[in-house]
Amino acid sequence: MNLGEMTPDARHVFAVFRQETKNDPHVHVGDVHAPDAEMALVLAKEQFARRDPCVNLWVARYSDIAATRYEDADMLEPSTDKSYRFGGSYREQQRVYRRR
Amino acid sequence: MDGTDDPEKLAAFEARLAAGDRVEAAEWMPARYRVECLRLIQMHANSELMGALPEREWIPRAPTLSRKMALVAKVQDEIGHAQLLYRIAEDLGKPRPQMIEELMAGSSKFHNVFHYPAETWADVAVIQLFVDGAAMQTQGSLRSSSYAPYARVLKRICYEEDFHIRLGLDNFKTLAEGTPAQRAMLQDALNRWWQPLMHFFGPHDQASPHLELMMRWRIKVKTNDELRQQVLRQFVPVIQEYGMQVPDPGLRWDEARNQYAYTEPDWDEFKRVARGEGPKSRLRLELRNRYHAQHRWVREAVARWEMAA
Repeated sequence: MNLGEMTPDARHVFAVFRQETKNDPHVHVGDVHAPDAEMALVLAKEQFARRDPCVNLWVARYSDIAATRYEDADMLEPSTDKSYRFGGSYREQQRVYRRR
Repeated sequence: MDGTDDPEKLAAFEARLAAGDRVEAAEWMPARYRVECLRLIQMHANSELMGALPEREWIPRAPTLSRKMALVAKVQDEIGHAQLLYRIAEDLGKPRPQMIEELMAGSSKFHNVFHYPAETWADVAVIQLFVDGAAMQTQGSLRSSSYAPYARVLKRICYEEDFHIRLGLDNFKTLAEGTPAQRAMLQDALNRWWQPLMHFFGPHDQASPHLELMMRWRIKVKTNDELRQQVLRQFVPVIQEYGMQVPDPGLRWDEARNQYAYTEPDWDEFKRVARGEGPKSRLRLELRNRYHAQHRWVREAVARWEMAA
């Protein structure tokens, strides 16, 4: 079942996102089958929060998640040289500056 | 390859895998790649679900409350692994209820090692330390599987298996350092489990186009014989360190070949068990069927909940 699909199955599969601490983002850790979000949270707690730290859980139906396609991954690649966006591209100036 | 796959797509797929890329569920894959991944993951899921049964029998009889709690946690982890695995298996094209039906009907396999009885508490120690230890070798190697959803699930599974092995070592050590009766019980468990452990990774690898394809596609990462040698290097020193006997008089380190030499286990027995004719095959499947029937009301309640929602 794929993300964004409107099949009956995709309505029953919830993606689970766990936040370990408030200093962390929510991360997709797996899925549960459930009739609704309330039940999905109950199952997610048991399956994904029974051992490791967790302060918050999100669940979302697969049918409600829009996603890019892996086949189109090239559209996410930079079309031009983006080295100017990285601090590492400015080492020369830093080296000269430090020498003074 | 399969005849049904577009040769251009197949060539691009193989080039991607050769470059180290991985495959996601929604991406194009050769029909045979899909079938082989599904077969592997379904069998793994079945084995997690059935593998919980031998140890589950010992929950009411665990010797202390803390050991009972740890065993409950371990058994729950195994069921959790089955949930993770059936979830990704269904994305390869087989509905989850159908996989459960196939398991219960005996038409899809679960691992040979779970067709044997767990007769004493020492069996629990041996299962946790050595069966989980052997499973960890396969699963650890498959973390580099080309099928990305499987590789991701295996990260979580291996993390929890590590706890199971440490728990097993604690149980093993306690018995090995215990009374003569406890040591005798442990040795007896080792003697009975040695052959299933030698069977664990399956027969010797024969060079074949199938094996070559599985390795090239990274559905299989290490050969059966490589994995068997890995666990011998891991297990034999542990057994000896605690003064227990390795139950194979033919076992010795072969310096020239840099590996263990061992007595061949009974491979006919391996085949019988794989056909579902092991000592506990029928009983465990009956248990699985009985629990499934007992829990029908839960599935029905969930369905009614949904209609009400």
